[in-house]
Amino acid sequence: MTATQDRPAQEIGRDRRRKEDQRLITGRTRWTDNITLPGMLHLAMVRSPFAHATITSIDVEEAKASPNVVAVLSGKDFGDELGVNINAWPITPEQKTPTHSPMPADRVAFAGEIVAVVVARSAAEARDAAELVDVEYDEQPAVVGIKKALEDTVLAHPELGTNKSALWVFDSAEAGTGGDVEAAIAQARADGIVIEREYRQQRLIPAFMEPRSVVVDPTGEQLTMWSATQIPHILRFALAATTGVPESKIRVVAPDVGGGFGGKLQTTPEEWITWAVARRLSKPVKYTETRSESLMAAHHGRDQVQTLTLAADRDGRVTGFKVHLDADLGAYVSLVGGGVPVLGAFMFNAIYKFPAYRFECQTVLTNSTWTDAYRGAGRPEATYAIERMMDELAAEVGVDPLEIRERNWITHEEFPFTTVAGLEYDTGNYEAATARAKEVFGYDALRAEQRERRERGDRVQLGIGVSTFTEMCGLAPSRVLGSLDYGAGGWEHASVRMLATGKVEIVTGASAHGQGHETAFSQIVADRLGVPFEDVEVLHGDTQVAPRGLDTYGSRSLVVGGEALVKAVDKVVEKATRLAAHLLEASEDDLDYAGGRFTVRGTDQGIAIQELATAAFAAHDYPEDMEPSLDADATYDPVNFNYPHGTHLCAMEVDTETGKVSMRKYTCCDDIGTIINPLIVAGQVHGGLVQGIAQALWEEAVHDESGTLVSGSFVDYLLPTSADTISFDVVHADDPSVCTTNTLGTKGVGEAGTIASTPAVVNAVVDAVRHLGVRDIQMPCTPERVWRAIHANDGDAPTPGGAMPHFDEGALNQDGAAQ
Amino acid sequence: MIPVKFDYVAPTSVEEALAALGEHGDDAKIMAGGQSLLPVLRMRLNAPEVVIDLGGIDALRGVRDEGDAIVVGAMTTHHEVRDHPLVREHALLVAKAAADVADAQIRHRGTFGGALAHADPAGDLGAPALALGAQFVIAGTDGTRTVEASDFFVGLFETAIGDDEILTEVRIPKHTGWGAHYEKFVRVAHQWPIVAVAATVRGSIDEARVGLTNMGPTPLRARATEAALAGVSATEDGVRAAADLAAEGTDPPSDLNGAADYRRHLARVLTRRAVLEAAGAQAWS
Ligand SMILES: Cc1cc2nc3c(=O)[nH]c(=O)nc-3n(C[C@H](O)[C@H](O)[C@H](O)COP(=O)(O)OP(=O)(O)OC[C@H]3O[C@@H](n4cnc5c(N)ncnc54)[C@H](O)[C@@H]3O)c2cc1C
Repeated sequence: MTATQDRPAQEIGRDRRRKEDQRLITGRTRWTDNITLPGMLHLAMVRSPFAHATITSIDVEEAKASPNVVAVLSGKDFGDELGVNINAWPITPEQKTPTHSPMPADRVAFAGEIVAVVVARSAAEARDAAELVDVEYDEQPAVVGIKKALEDTVLAHPELGTNKSALWVFDSAEAGTGGDVEAAIAQARADGIVIEREYRQQRLIPAFMEPRSVVVDPTGEQLTMWSATQIPHILRFALAATTGVPESKIRVVAPDVGGGFGGKLQTTPEEWITWAVARRLSKPVKYTETRSESLMAAHHGRDQVQTLTLAADRDGRVTGFKVHLDADLGAYVSLVGGGVPVLGAFMFNAIYKFPAYRFECQTVLTNSTWTDAYRGAGRPEATYAIERMMDELAAEVGVDPLEIRERNWITHEEFPFTTVAGLEYDTGNYEAATARAKEVFGYDALRAEQRERRERGDRVQLGIGVSTFTEMCGLAPSRVLGSLDYGAGGWEHASVRMLATGKVEIVTGASAHGQGHETAFSQIVADRLGVPFEDVEVLHGDTQVAPRGLDTYGSRSLVVGGEALVKAVDKVVEKATRLAAHLLEASEDDLDYAGGRFTVRGTDQGIAIQELATAAFAAHDYPEDMEPSLDADATYDPVNFNYPHGTHLCAMEVDTETGKVSMRKYTCCDDIGTIINPLIVAGQVHGGLVQGIAQALWEEAVHDESGTLVSGSFVDYLLPTSADTISFDVVHADDPSVCTTNTLGTKGVGEAGTIASTPAVVNAVVDAVRHLGVRDIQMPCTPERVWRAIHANDGDAPTPGGAMPHFDEGALNQDGAAQ
Repeated sequence: MIPVKFDYVAPTSVEEALAALGEHGDDAKIMAGGQSLLPVLRMRLNAPEVVIDLGGIDALRGVRDEGDAIVVGAMTTHHEVRDHPLVREHALLVAKAAADVADAQIRHRGTFGGALAHADPAGDLGAPALALGAQFVIAGTDGTRTVEASDFFVGLFETAIGDDEILTEVRIPKHTGWGAHYEKFVRVAHQWPIVAVAATVRGSIDEARVGLTNMGPTPLRARATEAALAGVSATEDGVRAAADLAAEGTDPPSDLNGAADYRRHLARVLTRRAVLEAAGAQAWS
């Protein structure tokens, strides 16, 4: 027997401070840019100022003559060894995928693309010389923006003949998961409600704190790359697959990494160029980007136009939902680029029982920075669309937005529930989370205040926004990824190494970059193995140490990586049981295991796990049919996604005179199953909320018509700080719906706050001024946009560029509100 | 973010600084707190060969009383200006605006003189200086001259300071006992103002001074508003008509934070609010 369950859980659920924080916060650690190797050279990139241009000539003579410059190389100086930047997820077999060279020799397709690299003895000398590289361009017309791209008049890549990359469709009638959405819409036009909206998901910049940095050392037997990446394992695979170096000759290290948010879920031109230069010169080289380069050329996120049609009966029960997305890929189809909007396909139906659903996603290429994953990746966009639409439906029916949701959501008795998108939600309790959130928020009192202010015609109006979100995370069952043509699996790996002194090293294939895995994973091991928290060391992020893994993104590390760890620990306990039985001369069946100690039932005999580790190391006495080791590995492939959910309530005040909005109160009740470390969860939720709120109110990456990034510094790309936010009320379900597909019962929380908060905020802003004729305000809800929306009809302000009217003039139920 | 290589000079007197400036001419740049200069150098938007750091000139620091005016040394930091008793007593408007500049780190490095010499149209200190009728003392090799605020701000990032001159101090006529408010409109706390209004009033309301930030290439003084405010009561209705004149003759920019017409609208609303706050009246219902 191997029971560990009866031992009281001491670490799981405990508010442990993060053991990694001292070194991360003080910076006394190995950031990639802190690495210095003997004889190391430094790179500076020469980037195109034009969004679309052919390269007519590159004169490097003056740069080469600059002090301490070792080499200046451009695309034509390299052959196949430069490799390509891959797209790992072609969403359809017909997808149009332009070749993505890390440093094209002939034509650039976005402003910021690298055309040459300078290698010098210091970073400053490299930068100085980069300015002396004389590149002549023949500027080509650039296509910027989704609507322009769809016209196909100016082409981002003329050789493709179109800007349209791929069209991905899911239809519940075809899939057999639901009815025919067109029929539902036709029916609703006859006797129900049809809501049609076009929403814009603006382009965002992940803006991680640590700029990207890469060091390559080609001098050992294995070529080593250190990179500020979320994905050392995928990076190693891609380097091997595209640059001709055998995988066994490559070591990739992600040392401490300062944030990613999806922005470092990428294989980058900068990494490939640094790799190629180091190999060419046989010298260690380093490249660290500037913040300006990071904003311009590290991938962006979101950027969709969502065309939505919701059909419902007169009571507001949804009968069908049709979604058409146009998604801007930017200049290339990057690592997961096209797949990001497709991840949303399964989430537009959210927590609801929709009978019919159709989703189409058209990806387009433009001459702008390429897009890819950004916190939530596809799911925030989906959640925004449906949660905004549910508020619109509530307004149309004339009931409270929480009431309309209740009429449509899956009730807790109905789990497990197979959705119209074909996913099986294992557990959830939307009623409980909503009740708790309402209570903490003081919903009824705030509604009363809202009414009072409206009646009084107060200059400052109050709005209340609702977002009842769920998401699919814990990426991902490998078979599901296979069915979507994704280029890898979704398993995770863990090892447990029982050291001779009784200490424990665990190795995970997840690659933390600020999440706190070292602490949370130590807590899990401490409990399940019965060793002190302090005795557990978590190793990760180096392919020599953690040879197998699929890294960190998609709220997967705990729910997939943590489960692999549990399985590995269980194997250790199993082996230890055999060794203990042997040494105690007892039957395995007579042993109890608790608190790190095996005892023989009914006797005072026992042995600690640490003693067993020493015994296994000495190997003087162990069972004949056993190897002298307690160490164990496990690879876990999840059987399902998991589905955290929550109810988020937001109160916003709108100064109707200036359009300025301010947050009054934000309450969320997230049901994320079992919580390992509440403090870490609180951090994830707080940070996540701010990122989602920032999309609603502040952040937007803007390219001008010629393709230049206008919001190219933090002066114009508005990242909030703590001074701009309030203290949120973060609570959790009292009786959480634990996940049934992993042992710990955990659900992902890394993206929850970001996914949920954006629509809660915009719903609140719109709610504050709906009585003034406003139905939508484009994100980010700048004071100017809010002001224009409010005054669109009273002659005070010109027509709102921001507020998006419906797109089907002839539709029913569209005449009530102002445009 | 590595600047082009430059030489660094650290004079300890204004004379030394002027000599260095004379020697290097166009190739030199003066550095005060570096909070505007260094970003410019790091982004390689400018590449002087010599940087002359005024940080070692003690004579340029501090605030003193000169009878009918207070004199603020060019190298006095925003933080010092904000908290200085003389400034708070005689030029409260300046203290209030200084309190709103950027964040605490920048306020401890950035200087009063540096900000005014930089003449960013969105800088917070120009409008209060203009509204209070400040005088700028500028030193050159031929001696010093004094320039009225109305002549100091010449254009976008352009002042009356010559290439071979240094701003040494700013004289601010005393406005003892005047109520003051700086109404700064931003989307995030650390931002430059989209529009800001600097208002200071005597009594409620006998006399008023109103300056506008970011409503044109230079700070502006809303003289029509000032004139209309004299003698009105410090109430919403009393102030409204005067505030509505605030946008007259302005030329605000259009950018990601707002088009020109929106900024004009803001100028009117914020002027009303700033004046009421300055007069000690509740601007809010
Ligand atoms: C992130 C950030 C946010 C900011 N936000 C704001 C804000 O909200 N509001 C605001 O008003 N400001 C803001 N600033 C600017 C800040 O106020 C600076 O302190 C100020 O603009 C420049 O002052 P300084 O002492 O740093 O001057 P420096 O940067 O050293 O110099 C600025 C310019 O003035 C010249 N100069 C300086 N001193 C003299 C002198 N005595 N004589 C002649 N020429 C001189 C220099 O040659 C240079 O061209 C911000 C700055 C940063 C970095």
